[in-house]
Amino acid sequence: MRKFWYIVICLLMLPGPALRAQEAEEDIDVPGVIFGHIGDSYEWHITDWGGKSIAIPLPVIVRSKTTGWHVFSSHHLEHGAYQGFHIDADSGKIVESDGTRPFDISITKNVLSLMMSCALLLLIVLLTARWYRRHDALKEAPRGIAAFMEPLVMMVHDMARENIGEEDYRRYSPFLCMVFLFILLNNFLGIVPFFPGGANLTGNIAVTMVLALCTFFTVNLFGTKHYYKDIFNPDVPGFLKPIMPVIEVFSALMKPLSLTVRLFANMLAGHIMILSIVCVIFIMAKYGPLLFGSMSVVSVLFGVFLDMLECLVAFIQAYVFTMLSSIYIGLSRQHGE
Amino acid sequence: MNLVTPDSGLLFWMVIIFGIVFFILWKFGFPIITDMVEKRSAHIDESLKLAQEAEKRMQDLAREQAELIEKTRLEQNRILKEATQSRAAIIAKAEKEAAQRADKLLEKARTEIAAEKESALRDIRLEVARLSVGIAEKVIRKDLSTDEAQMQYLDRLVDEVAAPKD
Repeated sequence: MRKFWYIVICLLMLPGPALRAQEAEEDIDVPGVIFGHIGDSYEWHITDWGGKSIAIPLPVIVRSKTTGWHVFSSHHLEHGAYQGFHIDADSGKIVESDGTRPFDISITKNVLSLMMSCALLLLIVLLTARWYRRHDALKEAPRGIAAFMEPLVMMVHDMARENIGEEDYRRYSPFLCMVFLFILLNNFLGIVPFFPGGANLTGNIAVTMVLALCTFFTVNLFGTKHYYKDIFNPDVPGFLKPIMPVIEVFSALMKPLSLTVRLFANMLAGHIMILSIVCVIFIMAKYGPLLFGSMSVVSVLFGVFLDMLECLVAFIQAYVFTMLSSIYIGLSRQHGE
Repeated sequence: MNLVTPDSGLLFWMVIIFGIVFFILWKFGFPIITDMVEKRSAHIDESLKLAQEAEKRMQDLAREQAELIEKTRLEQNRILKEATQSRAAIIAKAEKEAAQRADKLLEKARTEIAAEKESALRDIRLEVARLSVGIAEKVIRKDLSTDEAQMQYLDRLVDEVAAPKD
């Protein structure tokens, strides 16, 4: 314990004069930094090096109502307009010269991250499946990637059995496994601060909305008669009959919304917290060496704590989303008493 | 704030990519893994059940064996006891027979000895009689017909010799 405090004191004394020379006079744009990290962008910004920003240019794919399809690299947009398109300063989106939004399916940072994480997911799961195809699971214990993936997949599979019931959990288990692993993988990739990770994919409402809509359609397209009877003609006293369908339909629509917002807000908040704590270091740079040094140590320690918390949240959110999905599906598969 | 408005481009790509990946993994990924693992779980359950049964059977066998051994031991004891009894009986019978035979032999020997003794006595008596007769002849040859007294004496002798035979 005493060693720990020595290290803390040394760290407190370490920065200061050396960094003071480098200290920038201008205020740091904290919201800009944070929203730059959690938002989407047309290029993948990696770092600033010697005053120049290093970024991976990504393809821009847009369709204008007047001029048709345009495909070009995003680095053309760094210095103003290109082919009649420019990035709007307020929204950060590509707009045409007259300010209208074109149909935009550019490969942005989030889309690239989505592609990479999905490729990774495909690779991992297919390799695991290959292990099971090539080995006799009755005679061999799983090894390597199979040993790693089996507990995760079986956890979701067992959850599906518990919540959906013996009868048809097999039909829904792959969907739940997919959702769980997708969210888990992207949550963890979001915590990694450098290139392959760092995109805030599960903290993006479009992504969580698609996931929640998948659950919504799975629930409502394959619901049993009993499920629909419970919504439109439940066993309630007569005076409640006209009200209940309204409430039930509203509740059915709220379920995907709550799934969407829960995952999105949790991940977004986690990212914002970590980024804010990191930003404290840069904000404190102009308040003198003592404050700067001590606050740096505090924010590094707190950042480590938050990162660990985020690892926990990454798992919990994936688990909660999957579990709620399985419960909703289980409710829609009831066959009455 | 555009954080809460879903972006159409990302929506588009998310639907396509998620759909494709889900389809592939639904066809070739998860079912293979879960089926295999479920098969293995069933296999493990079955094996455990079999092992339990086998253990039970082993216990039954061991108990049967112990019972058999116990039974055999009792039988052995019984046979040994019987054998001891019959041996004692045989020995006793043999001893009795031997004693009887010995008695018989003794009896026979005694009677034979008695017969021998009798015949020997008879022989001796005959010899004595002959000797007596011989002596008497000699005595008679010398003194017979001499006088009256000698005649009386001779009579008396004859009487004496004849007397013990009555």
